[in-house]
Amino acid sequence: MKPPRYETHADLGGQRGHGRIQAKTEEACFHAPWEARVLALTLAAGASGVWNIDTSRSARETLPDYSRLSYYQIWFNALAKLLIRYEMVTPEEAVTGRPQTASRRVPRKLLAADVTVVLARGAPTQRTVARPARFAAGDRVRLYAGEVPHHTRLPRYMRGKLGVIERVHGAHVFADANALGRGEEPQWLYAVAVHGKELWPGRQDAVEAQRLTVSIDAWEPYLEPA
Amino acid sequence: MTEHPSDHPDHAHDHSELSPMDLRVRALETVLVRKAYVDPAALDVLIDTYQTKIGPRNGARVVAKAWVDPTYRQWLLADATAAIASLGYQGRQGEHMVALENTPARHNIVVCTLCSCYPWPVLGLPPTWYKSAPYRSRAVREPRRVLAEFGVTLPESTEIRVWDSTAEVRYLVLPMRPGGTEGAKEEDLAALVTRDSMIGTGLPLAPPGAPR
Repeated sequence: MKPPRYETHADLGGQRGHGRIQAKTEEACFHAPWEARVLALTLAAGASGVWNIDTSRSARETLPDYSRLSYYQIWFNALAKLLIRYEMVTPEEAVTGRPQTASRRVPRKLLAADVTVVLARGAPTQRTVARPARFAAGDRVRLYAGEVPHHTRLPRYMRGKLGVIERVHGAHVFADANALGRGEEPQWLYAVAVHGKELWPGRQDAVEAQRLTVSIDAWEPYLEPA
Repeated sequence: MTEHPSDHPDHAHDHSELSPMDLRVRALETVLVRKAYVDPAALDVLIDTYQTKIGPRNGARVVAKAWVDPTYRQWLLADATAAIASLGYQGRQGEHMVALENTPARHNIVVCTLCSCYPWPVLGLPPTWYKSAPYRSRAVREPRRVLAEFGVTLPESTEIRVWDSTAEVRYLVLPMRPGGTEGAKEEDLAALVTRDSMIGTGLPLAPPGAPR
């Protein structure tokens, strides 16, 4: 049977019709106590080491009702999905709160006494690789134009565009491979800058497009020499 | 601070005033604690950390120091991760930092079109608008209109440079130091540095009494 098509609902760059920005100068981190609990649960459960940040992003962006959920609802639904997928809880346990199965073995548990140290350490993604970087600052590159049938950090609005390497960030854990569970497969990572006229060729508003440059951070497999 | 579900095993039957999301989150928290995956005290420390310890005042201190100390500024622009860590800010969602210098010729704006990547150690958790569909969709297409909605108008000659944080590199905008602040103390300068000025959707405040 053919696997279902991978569909992300999070790739919003350049989309029209989302309306005005509801900007506020200052605001609380959380709008309800449960939002704070979801943040903390997501960080604590993630620290168990059963999945990685790219698995987590993939779980969020593929939620079918992504566009109708609030930010922390997305986090919560994705967390529940991961906990069930990795058999840490059953669907029924997630709803009732009552354990009915034994806990599975997990690599780690984040204890209160370790939170500060664990947060300060973070999870650096830079790695040492033997092969040299294929590109250097100033090189012209073309971003991959095709479909990607899995989690990727190459946004649609950038696909097929002509850009210039602006920074070489070093080799980093490759998000696409890491999300698929293939392991880190570190790849060279670059800030690739694309001019506004290349990105938005039909724009009426000359100033917006002509005095604009946008970059993404792109791993080497996204790039071809141009 | 919310109560621990683990302290109240029967809380699920005592929820007349709780929203559906409260109930769902409590149920999941309860089972994660009871199955010993999660330390409930760790949850409280995590929340307290992001509510009271890590926020945009951290970044403001970085910016103010860069404004008064040319050596630090050079270090920040060359190796932001190390320069920021020297002030004690480092770690999760700020493992690989890059500082972006605003000039009259170039104004930097940071966005994450794919999710909500944001430099937590220096700015804390992102505001709602940063995570919203309008900002994520429009910042890369019509940043001048976006800036206008934040009350910021830049000269047409200024290039807008948008950084879409698609990997684990996190960006901090180093805004231009406001005029009329010559000789000001570092801590007074830090008070002028707004969160939005370090994302690029705002400018620093003018010093008290100065014409804007």
